[in-house]
Amino acid sequence: MKQRQAHISHKRLNRYVLKTQLTYHGLMLPACVILILFSYVPMFGIIMAFQDFTPTAGIFGSRFVGFDNFVRLFTLDNIQQVMFNTLYISILKIILGLVVPIFFALLLNEVRNRFFVRSVQTIVYLPYFLSWVILAGVFIEILSPSNGMVNNILGIFGIDPVFFLGDKEWFPNVIIITDTWKSFGFGTIVYLAALTSIDPSLYEAAEVDGASYFQQMFHITLPGISSIVVLMTVLSIGGILDAGFDQIYNLYNPIVYETGDILDTFVYRLGIKDMLFSLSTAVSLIKSIISFVLIVISYRLAYRLTEYKIF
Amino acid sequence: MRTTKAKNAIKTSWKRKVFMICNLFFLSLISLICILPLVHVLALSFSSSFAASSGKVGIWPVDATLESYKYVLQNTAFWHAFVVTLKRLALAVPLTLFIVFITAYPMAKSSQKFKGRQFYTYFLLIPMLFGGGLVPEYMTFMKYGLINNIWVLVLPGLVPIFSVILLMNFFRDLPVEMEEAASIDGAGPLTSLFRVVLPLATPAVATIALFCIVGHWNSWFDGILYMNHPKNYPMQSFLQKAITTYDTKTLTAKDMTLMRLISDQTTRAAQIFVATLPVLMVYPFLQKHFTKGLVMGSVKG
Repeated sequence: MKQRQAHISHKRLNRYVLKTQLTYHGLMLPACVILILFSYVPMFGIIMAFQDFTPTAGIFGSRFVGFDNFVRLFTLDNIQQVMFNTLYISILKIILGLVVPIFFALLLNEVRNRFFVRSVQTIVYLPYFLSWVILAGVFIEILSPSNGMVNNILGIFGIDPVFFLGDKEWFPNVIIITDTWKSFGFGTIVYLAALTSIDPSLYEAAEVDGASYFQQMFHITLPGISSIVVLMTVLSIGGILDAGFDQIYNLYNPIVYETGDILDTFVYRLGIKDMLFSLSTAVSLIKSIISFVLIVISYRLAYRLTEYKIF
Repeated sequence: MRTTKAKNAIKTSWKRKVFMICNLFFLSLISLICILPLVHVLALSFSSSFAASSGKVGIWPVDATLESYKYVLQNTAFWHAFVVTLKRLALAVPLTLFIVFITAYPMAKSSQKFKGRQFYTYFLLIPMLFGGGLVPEYMTFMKYGLINNIWVLVLPGLVPIFSVILLMNFFRDLPVEMEEAASIDGAGPLTSLFRVVLPLATPAVATIALFCIVGHWNSWFDGILYMNHPKNYPMQSFLQKAITTYDTKTLTAKDMTLMRLISDQTTRAAQIFVATLPVLMVYPFLQKHFTKGLVMGSVKG
């Protein structure tokens, strides 16, 4: 009798476990369907990179050409320039995106007035939430060579108006500076949070031992935030080929293509404007593969160095 | 001995004071640089077109007028785009929240409790690391018949992986006992998900809702790419055409004559401000909740 009861409850338990497992799988189903339809199916379109794709023939009817598109790609004379622009803009963005917020957070951390700290935080963080469409509108306005605010101010000092967005030399730098302007508030908040979590008793102890301000800085403050700095740096390496499509697309114009064109804008113009579908997909594929490798390496590194695990 | 120490203290405090004054000045200056461009555009939007084009406007309106706002608010194309964005939000936000919620729950279980979790982890991560690229995506969505359809702005973004991770980590921190108690009382996984976990997860879900709203409000490229007709453009795509390019297709003849009357400098400024207003309104909440997802948000692949 007792044994039978145990048997039944065992059976019930099994049924409960099975039901739970099935429910879990069922809950995963909608996300999986969406991902299959909108992420995995388009991945098969990569085949286009190895075809001479024409929309009328489709993926199944187009002729395979092997690596011809890739060969053709490397003979395009502007591909090297585009690659250089992408790396130049994105590496400088990463460096400034690291140095500026840390510096700013260190200065802000010195201030004891909480109202002041919070106001500064609120103001510098705001642009982060505005789209590049809006901000492009703002920057086109204030950087205008005829009556923009910046040139008016420069005019006071007797400097001739500069056409910031229409000058090959200036354009990439304007891109880097305006991007830093938009996003350093975000970094500041991250690093400030790390700074405030440093144990204040460490500073008191250092004070008693007679450590100078800079000694405290190099032996307490910087080591205290080093792991978050390493994490942010390592993770930004994964996006090194994303130099900021949203920003550049909204601010550039044919005059500055030479120095302002990046991989993503190049892919867009090639694929959507010039209808060179296969060539555009080939560029996307190269970019995807390099990014994939970089992201995997950077996440591995992040895990090694800071025990940060994404999933 | 004592005097030198005291002298030192005075010296350091004097140095410190100078440093603090410079520091406060510098921080205020940088804050000004952050906010001035936006204030300038706001001032422009309230100024007369003559004052704007002659470059007189600084951070305060000159010849204050509401003309540009009248023009923007009477512009049917602008309202149309606004309605498309609202529709997009109404469809995308609840659906995204629902999917993120039900996906994050099983993913928060350990591999022992949820057989197959490892597989799903890779399944969710791969799209983040690797994509088909612009043209293949366009071709696929065209095959689905989604071009010029509002769902193309909604469906591809329904599984935001970072929101899933955020909520998953939140679920992991919840006390296990609550769910165990519920299951002893005979609650199945679904009951405990919606009756026990959901009420506890409201702050996390609110954070994700804010991400989602701002993300959809700000996105413009999908609208331009997948909508062939300007009348289907959401707000930011409409603005992209109106602000950064002078596309004559989106303007009717009547608009053109009005354009000549009102400088488009002030009109653009007014449009920028109207489109920014909703973000400014949710900004206090954003700032409060965003800190939670900071590290997560910064890892955007």
